[in-house]
Parts: sequence; C-alpha cells; structure tokens
Amino acid sequence: MARLTINGKSLELKVDPTTPLLWAIREQAGLTGTKYGCGIAVCGACTVHLDGKAVRSCVVPVSVAEGKQVTTIEGLASGGTLHKVQKAWVDNEVPQCGYCQSGMIMAVAALLKDKPRPTDADIDAGITNICRCGTFQQVREAIHAAAKA
Amino acid sequence: MITTPKIDRRSFVIGTAAVGAGLTLGLKIPFGAGVVRAQDGSPEINAWVVIRPDDTVVVRVARSEMGQGTLTGLAQMVAEELECDWSKVTTEYPTPGQSVARKRPWGNFSTGGSRGIRESNEYVRKGGATARVMLVQAAANGWGVPAAECSAANSVITHKSTGRTTTYGKVAEAAAKLTPPAEVALKDPKEWKIIGKSVKRLDTMTKVTGAQVYGFDLKMPGMLNAAIKDCPVFGGKVKSFEADKAKAMPGVKHVVQVGDSAVAVVAETWWEAKKALDALPIVWDEGPNAKVSSATIADMLKEGLDADQAFVRTQVGDAKGAFAGAAKKVEAVYAYPFLNHAPMEPMNATAKYTADKCEVWVPTQNGEAAFAATLAASGLPADKCEVYKIMVIGGGFGRRGAFHDYVTQAVQIAKQIPGTPVKLLWSREEDMAHGRYHPVMQAKMRGGLDASGNLVALHMRLSGQSILSSVFPQNLQDGRDNATFQGLDPSGDFTLGYTVPNLLIDHAMRNTHVPPGFWRGVNINQNAIFLECFMDELALAAGQDALEFRRKLMSKYPKHLAVLNAVADRGGWGKPAPQGVYRGLAHMMAFNSYVAACAEVSVTGGDKVKVRRIICATDPGYAVNPAQIERQIAGSFVYGLSAVFMQENTVKNGAIEQLNFNTFDSMKIAQMPKVESIIMPSGGFWGGVGEPTICVAAPAVLNAMARATGKRIRTFPLKNHGYQMV
Repeated sequence: MARLTINGKSLELKVDPTTPLLWAIREQAGLTGTKYGCGIAVCGACTVHLDGKAVRSCVVPVSVAEGKQVTTIEGLASGGTLHKVQKAWVDNEVPQCGYCQSGMIMAVAALLKDKPRPTDADIDAGITNICRCGTFQQVREAIHAAAKA
Repeated sequence: MITTPKIDRRSFVIGTAAVGAGLTLGLKIPFGAGVVRAQDGSPEINAWVVIRPDDTVVVRVARSEMGQGTLTGLAQMVAEELECDWSKVTTEYPTPGQSVARKRPWGNFSTGGSRGIRESNEYVRKGGATARVMLVQAAANGWGVPAAECSAANSVITHKSTGRTTTYGKVAEAAAKLTPPAEVALKDPKEWKIIGKSVKRLDTMTKVTGAQVYGFDLKMPGMLNAAIKDCPVFGGKVKSFEADKAKAMPGVKHVVQVGDSAVAVVAETWWEAKKALDALPIVWDEGPNAKVSSATIADMLKEGLDADQAFVRTQVGDAKGAFAGAAKKVEAVYAYPFLNHAPMEPMNATAKYTADKCEVWVPTQNGEAAFAATLAASGLPADKCEVYKIMVIGGGFGRRGAFHDYVTQAVQIAKQIPGTPVKLLWSREEDMAHGRYHPVMQAKMRGGLDASGNLVALHMRLSGQSILSSVFPQNLQDGRDNATFQGLDPSGDFTLGYTVPNLLIDHAMRNTHVPPGFWRGVNINQNAIFLECFMDELALAAGQDALEFRRKLMSKYPKHLAVLNAVADRGGWGKPAPQGVYRGLAHMMAFNSYVAACAEVSVTGGDKVKVRRIICATDPGYAVNPAQIERQIAGSFVYGLSAVFMQENTVKNGAIEQLNFNTFDSMKIAQMPKVESIIMPSGGFWGGVGEPTICVAAPAVLNAMARATGKRIRTFPLKNHGYQMV
C-alpha cells in the first residue's frame, strides 16, 4: 500500500512501494497521460512534477513520492484553464504524434518556474526529452511564447 | 471505466445490406440505394461523409494519423469539394471489418510510402463533391426548384432568386436517399479555398492535456496486461521455461508460450507482468543464426560489391568500359547500418477472443493488414473478426505498416484466455530487439572523368538487403527488388536527376536473418548519401564547384534543378559563409516529390559538429497544408540526422545489441538546426510529404562536414568516427 497525493488528490493505492511512480500513476491511479518510453530515465516521456520539480517517473519508486505532491499532465491546467505552456503548445501547433508531449510539456513547465525567461542556451541545457517526430523547432518557439505570456 | 478510443464508441452500423457491390475504388464512389447510418443515427451521404442534424460534418478517413497530419489534410480535401463549414468538421476511422463487409468503399488503408494524400486525393475529393451535389439536390427538391438555381457555401444552401436558405444538417436525411450522380466535376486548383491553407490540425488539444488515448492507454473491464519476450535471435525458438517461478509472483495470472518463439506473462498490471517476465528463466533454441554478427554480415555485403552477378536496374552506354578508359577515376565504398524505427510508443495491441468473435484494438498504419493478421492468428472468418484502429498512433515511421507481429502475438495470447481482453505492450528492449530494420547496405561507387572534368562514366553497385524479398516477394520483378533503387530510377516517382553518358546501377542482393522493413524514407536514405556525397567527391576530383558540376548533368531534369537552385540561392551558395561555417548541398526525387537541401555546418575541436541551419526546398506538386509540410520537413531532418550521427543496430551472436535509447540515442532540442522550408508546388502532379525530405539532410550535412574537415566519412553513424553532434 502507498499513500500518494496526485494532482491534489490523496489516494490510497494498492501497490508495491518499489513500483516505479510511472506505473502507479498509470495503472493504479488510472491517469494515462504520463507515458512510458524507455524505463531508464533517458527519453523523458514519463516526466511529472514532484513537489514542483521535474522528475522522470519511470525510475522513481513510489516510496520516494510518498508525502510529496505529484503533478501529472492531467493536473497542469487549473480548473478549465490551460497552463500557459499548454496554451503555447496549442497556438504553435507543437505536437505531431503527441506521445512524448506530456513529458515535454511537464519538463518545460518546470523549466519556466526556475527560469521564467529562458535563453536558448537555458532551453538546450534544461530540455533533454526525446521526440522521434522531431517537433523541436516548434517546441523552442512555444517555450519562448509561453515565457512571454 | 472503459476508455476505448473514439472509434469504438462511434463505430457505425449499417442500415441496409451491403452497398456498392463490385465497385472499384478510385473509379467510382460507392453508394447504395438505402440510407446507411452512423451509430448516432445520422445519415451517411456517402462512404466519406456523415452529416449530423447540428451540421457537424464527419469525414471518414481510411489512412492512419501518426503525427504526420494526414487526418487534417484528407479532411481538408473532402471539405474543399463539399463546401462545408470547416469549423464543423470532425473525423473518424471506418473499421477494416466494415470495409470488407462493404466491399472496400474506402480502398487501401495502408499509410506508408508518403501516399496518404498523393494516392487518395482524387477519390476523397470526389466523395466530397458528390455529397455536395446530393445535398444541393435535396434542398432544391424541397423547394421545388432546379438544383442549378441553388448554390452551396459554408454548409449553407441558397436558392439565388428567392434568397431561401437551408443547412446541410437539415437536408442530410433527404440527400442520403438520393441516387448519387454518375459523374462529378472537381474544382480547378485555382478555386481552392481550404486546400493549400495552413488550417489548424484537428487533433492538437487532446495531445496537450494528456486526454488523447493511445493504444497502450486502453482500459476495459476485466482487462489483463501482458509482457512478452521473443527469442532474441531472429529465427530462434523457445526450448523451455519455468512458468511456476513467474506464476508465484504478485498479480500474475497466466504464463503462456506465444507461437514457437516467445513467452508472455499475463498479470493484473503491466508492471507486474514485466517484473515476473524478467524473473522467468527461459531456455532458447537459438538455431544457426546465433553464429551471425555484424562482421559476418559486412563481409557478405563486401563480397557483393565486386560479385559478377547483380540485378541491373539502369544501363546506359558502357559504364565499365568508359570507367576503365577515363582520364581520372574516382572510387569509393560507402556503408549504411541497420536501424530500428524506435517510435516513442512501443508496439502494442489489445485483443479479446471468444469462440465466435475476435476483436483487436491497435495503433496501426494499415488497418487491413492488422485485420489479416487477426484472421490468421484467430483462425476465425472475416465476419467474426474486427479491428479498431486507435485514433492516433504514437509514431509509426513504417514499423506499424506491413508488420503486425504484435497483433499476432496479442491474439495468440488472448486465445489462451478466452473472454478476457488482454493488452500486450512491448518493453522498449523488446521493441529494439524485434524491429523490422532499415536494410543494411554497402555501395561501391566508381566515377570516370574526362580530361575536362566531365563525368563520363558512373557505376553504382549496391550490395545488401532487399526489403521486398523478405516482405512482399510477389513484388519482385524477375528476382529484382526495384525498391532498392529508390531515387536512382530511370523514370517514375524516384527518378535520378542526372544524365550520365555511361551509367550502370545494379544490386547484388545479400539478405540476412535480421528482418528488414520500410523505415521512413526507405531506400532513399542510403541512396541519397551514396549518390550525393559521391557527386561532391567527383566535383572535388574535377576541381569544380559542387553546384556547377551537378548543374551540367541536370539539363533534362528541370524540376530537380529548380529545387536545387532554390536552396542554393537562399543559402547563398557561392558567396562567402561566416567564419568557420561550411555549406553542403544535396537533392533527390522521391515519392514523386522533388527535394533539395543546403546545410550550414561548423566543426570545432575537430569532432564537435554543429548543424546550424538547413534550407530545404520541396516541390510536392500541390501543398495541401503548408504549415504541416514545414513540420514534416523539420521532423524528417531530426529522424534522418539522428540516424546518421548516432544510430545503428549491430548484431552479436545473432541478436541486436542496442536495446534502449541509452545505446540508440536520438537528437535533442540542443542539437536541432534551424530549418527553413521553401515549399514550391508547381502543380499538375501529387507528391508525398512525410518522407521525401528526410534523404537530403544527411548528404547535405556530410558534404558540408567534408568541406569543414577535409575528410570524407563513408560509414555510419558518425559517432563511430568520434564525431559528436552539438
């Protein structure tokens, strides 16, 4: 059993504490916006926030997340209003297949908290997610747009 | 809770018996006498168009959306002729089972070869035009006036002289009962209002909120999850496995053999299944392929470079004789590795089997091929099988088109647990180990120059894998695989853009046990590198400018030349580049589009390569949605350059060595060049978009690198030579 707070909701989950947070989010909490891509923290598709910091949830055991605030892509918008990163993503038509974009958006939302007006160098250093469709040109434009929003 | 994709909820029912019997796709639009209804009761005007009472237009799309934007592009084409309100357009997939039952009104479901729009544009536009004629006729009938006095725009029909109006939603019911016109005229492209516009994609919002349901997000009541391990050596088999060890682990329900080469663990959750599978001892019978390695494969291909026998594709004059007598001879050997597709969403399929029904939910580039795999694996007839295509695929790139091994496996597992839906998800490691890889190929290039530096002889000997001989052997022509020569053909969709007086292009087919597949761009990836890098080598040997050297050979190929000139002009070819910046060019014709690139590269510290900027020109005939074409260009460059800089799949003891993104790296945002697109549709033909441009990025960059370093690299990836993309 594990008690997790996901998107502000406290949940009692029937899960082995060694289970990666990714799979607890997907298979116990039922939130499937967070994706599996590699399982070894290389691709970033599983990025969520743990107390506001971006983590790759495929290698974070559930036990580490207990007592912390977990935010997933489903919890990024507040009420009916898209987060400024999500809005910039829509305006700039960033996604192609979209599969990696939950993780990309979560990574960018965390970056903008630390660096509200990131330079291109900040973006290069801070965003290391893999996107096989190759949306990076639009990702960069949308990050700058979100920073100005 | 059931979160099956939209198609499952909306899958439509047939209101009448099968319609359109015997009609051939592309010649006639199939219609029937009775009204066919969507599940919500809205009438189908024809196979492509359903109109709801609230004026919503549902456009049926047979091709698959995997990020390339085809869903939006094809809907634009229907809407253009339908004269409907674009803001009211939505899309859905017909199912392969319905298509079979209705004698294939939607034709080919295959989504590959950049053919979504170029091959279906005519019949989807006719579908829209026919529906418009019927809707206008229905309104005219209601008013008792001739249809010729009425017009349609933005889903509103107007009777000009009286000013009366009605909407598509109001007359849809009556329109669906009409006999369709035998012939419809399509608009002149000059009249297009929606085609050619960068309208917003229809599928963005759900991709930024996490709401988009991908294949591996499916949930169904009572569903179990499966993890699978297939023999790491292709062609190997399961000898034995200790099922009890896995069965004792938490959540595990079943441990089953799948076919003769794989074992699956089925558990309540996928993570439990994966953990138990990892702990499950399996003994393999690896078979003779366990002796194969990358070195043995390379030796086999090397032998083919000089073999007497080869399949000849192009022979003009006497290339060998002219080469032997040339004033200057240039010779070079190139090689291109196996590459996994590695889409972000690993292979998966969900299957439910009972004695009289087998259903599969799957992200697929070819619904009909998935359906065929379902039939074969289930042993049930077509009327007892159905495949539901997942609305959006988490990347395809060719892996999910001709190959449905994961569907076969899912059905084989579900068959052993009748009545229970089973979702099979491959781990990344399984996905890497069991791809359908970009074919491995070598090329020996021989070029002869006369005393003035003119190219008088070119012999291009390919040696390596044939995709068709493995996948579609029925498509071989007297044993020759014409697809191997993409971009080098004498005519057609992949025409070589050079005139060489003595030309020989041939292929020594050398197949391996590693299964080949269609990888975005297919054989243009290596052919463009071989040809366009060698053209630079020849220009250098001739002491000529790379652009001028090419131009002299291209007078008979004005469209090839136009895109090459466009990138050269925009890129400032021939003008001084900034300090430390070097330029490179490449061009090709592929999938019936003309493409060219001019790359700007700097190399620092001898090994750090920065691709600063790539200008790309494409002439696809018609440009349906320029904003999406720009995205396909930039995206194709990421896919192609990731490969040439950092990716290969090597073979050791018969198995693939790179099993995850740590050893099969892919570009990040820091490595992304600035991509500038020149979209220059010249009209009169339809070319592809998703793939063609991929092939010009690598040779343009390699040619720039050769100028920057003075060294020519001919084997890939570049990381093996110490180069790092920064």
